Amino acid sequence: MQRNIFAFLSGALFGAGLLMSGMVDTVKVQGWLDVFGTWDPTLAFVLGGAIVPMAIAWRIAARHRKSLLGSAIPPAPTATIDANIVIGSVLFGMGWGLAGLCPGPAIASVTFGGWGGALFLVAMAAGMYVAPPIRSKIEHHSAHA
Amino acid sequence: MIEIEWIWGLVGGLMIGTAAAMYLLINGRVMGASGILGSLVDGTAKAAAPERIAFIAGLVIIPAVLAAVLGGVDTHISSNLVVIIVAGLLVGIGTRLAYGCTSGHGVCGISRLSLRGIVATVFYLLGGGLMMVLFRHVLGII
Repeated sequence: MQRNIFAFLSGALFGAGLLMSGMVDTVKVQGWLDVFGTWDPTLAFVLGGAIVPMAIAWRIAARHRKSLLGSAIPPAPTATIDANIVIGSVLFGMGWGLAGLCPGPAIASVTFGGWGGALFLVAMAAGMYVAPPIRSKIEHHSAHA
Repeated sequence: MIEIEWIWGLVGGLMIGTAAAMYLLINGRVMGASGILGSLVDGTAKAAAPERIAFIAGLVIIPAVLAAVLGGVDTHISSNLVVIIVAGLLVGIGTRLAYGCTSGHGVCGISRLSLRGIVATVFYLLGGGLMMVLFRHVLGII
């Protein structure tokens, strides 16, 4: 139960931050990605602001093997760069640019994003549902290349 | 000249980072929106499902309350049906191939200097920038 309460609070603070920062506004996101247009640097402040507490948290976590509720601190990912991370990130970026929404803001804005926001969320969930077999295919292909 | 929106960006960013720090130090988990939703959608969340549902509940309910208090928040989302569906599919498939999005690879990855997080961020920024050039400046659709 404690885990769920703190997960709820983390999600709540994340959502409030997304709203305050302007990440739920597709115009601001597209303005940030539009380097050759009227570039909007706001997202650099969002990312910069988000990295600071998290960098401190990683340092604290490095000194403890367990989190406060007792589960293990997730280990650093093995630093392999494979085809999936490159192809996936490019595809994600293309969708992010096209609509101006990434997963966090898409979820956070579902109650006030109108039918467009709801449709985006449904399409995104559908994409997530079909992704695992595609991921396996890419993995298989690049392993035999 | 400092714009007020940059300050809001910084404040919101600090809140996002603090949320990620809480989720790591208290729950022992990396806060990635695409992983949290994606693992529920494809059934890989298993025992972590309840806390992920709780996370999403917080992520939906609090912005809903804030938006109501603020008298509505405009997301300016496209009204082009094809753009919305294609973009949603790309974001869903892409983040699950790459195992992360802006929160997981961007915020949580870069802050621990993870090579995967940095590489992912470079490529999704490139993908996004490319679409702005193509669909805004060349085709004029978005």
